Amino acid sequence: MASFTPTIPAPRPTTSRGNRADLPPVAGGGDGGRPDPDSPDYGARLRRARLGLAVALTPIMMLFVAFTSAYIVRQGLPTFDPHTNTVVHDWIPVPLPTLLFLVNTCVLLLSSITMEYARRQLARQVALEPVQSIPGISLGTESKFPWLALTIILGLCFLGGQWLAWRDLAARGFYVATGPSSSFIYLLTGGHAVHLLGGILALLVAGTAVVLHRPLASRRIVVDVTAWYWHFMALLWIYILALLEFAH
Amino acid sequence: MVAQESHQHAAPQGFIRKWVFSLDHKVIGLQYYFLALTAVFVGMFLSLLMRIHLIWPTAILPLVGEIKPETYLSLVTMHGTIMVFFVLTTAPQGGFGNYFLPIQIGAPDMAFPVLNMLSFWTTFVAYIVMLAAFFVVGGAPLHGWTGYAPMSALQSSGPGEGLGADLWIISIAIFCIASLMGALNFITTTLDMRAKGMSMFRMPLTCWSWFITAILGLLAFGVLLSAGILLLMDRNLGTSFFLPLGTINGQMTGHKGGSPLLWQHLFWFFGHPEVYIAILPGMGVASQILSTFSRKPIFGYKAMVYAMLSIGLLGFMVWGHHMFMSGMSPYSAFAFSIMTMAIGVPSAIKTFNWLGTLHKGRIRFQSPMLFAIGFVSLFVSGGLSGPFLAQPALDIPLHDTAFVPGHFHLIMGVAAIFGIFAATYYWFPKMFGRMMDEKLARIHFFLTLIGTYCVFMPMHYLGLAGQPRRYSQLTELAYLHPLVGLNTFMTYAAIVTVAAQLIFLFNLFWSMFKGQKASDNPWEATTLEWTTATPPPHDNFGGHTPVVHNGPYEYSVPGAPRDYVMQTDPATVAAH
Repeated sequence: MASFTPTIPAPRPTTSRGNRADLPPVAGGGDGGRPDPDSPDYGARLRRARLGLAVALTPIMMLFVAFTSAYIVRQGLPTFDPHTNTVVHDWIPVPLPTLLFLVNTCVLLLSSITMEYARRQLARQVALEPVQSIPGISLGTESKFPWLALTIILGLCFLGGQWLAWRDLAARGFYVATGPSSSFIYLLTGGHAVHLLGGILALLVAGTAVVLHRPLASRRIVVDVTAWYWHFMALLWIYILALLEFAH
Repeated sequence: MVAQESHQHAAPQGFIRKWVFSLDHKVIGLQYYFLALTAVFVGMFLSLLMRIHLIWPTAILPLVGEIKPETYLSLVTMHGTIMVFFVLTTAPQGGFGNYFLPIQIGAPDMAFPVLNMLSFWTTFVAYIVMLAAFFVVGGAPLHGWTGYAPMSALQSSGPGEGLGADLWIISIAIFCIASLMGALNFITTTLDMRAKGMSMFRMPLTCWSWFITAILGLLAFGVLLSAGILLLMDRNLGTSFFLPLGTINGQMTGHKGGSPLLWQHLFWFFGHPEVYIAILPGMGVASQILSTFSRKPIFGYKAMVYAMLSIGLLGFMVWGHHMFMSGMSPYSAFAFSIMTMAIGVPSAIKTFNWLGTLHKGRIRFQSPMLFAIGFVSLFVSGGLSGPFLAQPALDIPLHDTAFVPGHFHLIMGVAAIFGIFAATYYWFPKMFGRMMDEKLARIHFFLTLIGTYCVFMPMHYLGLAGQPRRYSQLTELAYLHPLVGLNTFMTYAAIVTVAAQLIFLFNLFWSMFKGQKASDNPWEATTLEWTTATPPPHDNFGGHTPVVHNGPYEYSVPGAPRDYVMQTDPATVAAH
């Protein structure tokens, strides 16, 4: 970097539109033409993506904090019963399909572990990429285990398990509108499922990147960020389960 | 991305990539700005209909015909919603923030350009869904921009509460997601993309204000989204989060046990920070402009930053002052009241620092400066009624009167709009390469300043005299009869003010094509956007990355060759 920068250094760009400053700026626009300023700087991109993810988890947390506060407030609310002319609590604790939930929790935690393996596997591949490109060097011991695919399958298994849990609740007569307690069970588990589905979609994007021969580094960034998101989803699920089990 | 050269005659596909689904933060900023520009005229038209209806209740108005009481309520709702979400949240942050945050911190673009584009187009979808509520069976919803349950939670509670209200809630939910994407981008960009030498405390106060606004948005919009989801479930899935046992039109609603107050808590936990989301960028712009046009460093730069931070922090602890009427415990009311009045301290710090900046300055009364001074004036006169309303004992009689609209229109509405105007006049030369017409700008300023004061100052008086808000009929009530004359005056003032905005609109578009050519730094300002070409090239700085050596407001530095030291100038003079 030059130690001296002139006051008004940038000359008027003459490439795109000469000196015509009378129209709205067209010098920007599209993303063509621009040499991607940060594509070579892989480390900076990874750091930025991780920072972005950390920021993005905040509103997700706020969403569930708001649901939790509504849950606790609603649980304590009395309601007027016109038949007996008294104030009663209409919060009917719903017997949870606990065993199914525990199985699902194990599946999700397992998927978190495989996700971590997938993340580390890709990180290692990125680190070894320059070495492997040298002719004659082979790293035969490198694992090719499909951790990513396994994670996607386990994630889908978890969602399937949640579906069974909802079926189980419905079979016992607890629907979304049956009572405040069942409303919140569907709301919290459903909200979590939607967010986890987003993570699965991101992993599918990373998976198709292999087919499309995208650069390994870009794929690694997607997988790395999704891995942190995935672990957050596992923690969120444990929190939701604890809330439903202990505050019902 | 296909590498393509940008020639003057771009192919149609190039046009779409350049101007429609652009990844360039400058184009996205302009898209936000023009979206807000259409929204502000829609919102203003609705307010004009309301003002006219208040004094001529039987008049048949263009586009809406006769105004029935429910039509009036839907006008109230849509005016408030469109103005708050699609103007005050969109233009200062999405518009100017997008355009100038990366340039002012010396970055080539936002951190996540694709997310930035998605954020705009999601906002656009929300806007279309919101406007669609006018054109469905039953029309627009009646529940006000605050969407209070139980009215908003029941399909049958009014003519607009069917599909119209569903569209309204869906639009707000989409808008939440869009704002969250935007906030994520702003925060990451500010933390990670600053140029060499641009420490946090060398950022212009505008960048600080966008950064803090983004944090507020990040924390607040998720809560509004959750409230919207619960409301949609109450309306369409038969749950009872916000609906207690009750009847409507003589029939049981089928809901029981919910609490309308729960909605108020969730809504205002978002709603109060939203007020600061609207006003903080205006504070940043006012600071920037007051310093530039007084040719003085901003008085108390760090105090300004800490004041904004504490306003943001306190903003999350005061939502209950919107609910003094709800019968809350006097102890909670007392706590909320104290916290609310505490916001007066950082607000006063900001005000005195602005005045301190003006004091003994060599003031240049150009149009951006006029609007910045107007901002300070409106901020003070709108803000002073805040401590009144912060006290439960005063709020309870005043809450449902015109006093409250008077208060929040001055401070959140007009002051924030003056911030947008100041920013427009200030940055127009950089955005479009031409100057706006100064004479028209002055006419616009004085008409708008006097006009808005004439509309909103009397509202305080009307409120103290007992005129209720949200009533569609005022002329028939005997006790309000003495106030009809004042209401008529306000309506005339509103018409003049709206007409004055046509001057602005003309000036904006005329200057875009016919205005006097602008130099790269017409205001002799110091921040990074004035070091680059006009309009800025695609990567903002034409291939090189700026290096920052100075603070953002180095004006009249003793010993400097000019009366301003740019942020990129060598640090030989500035004593820091």
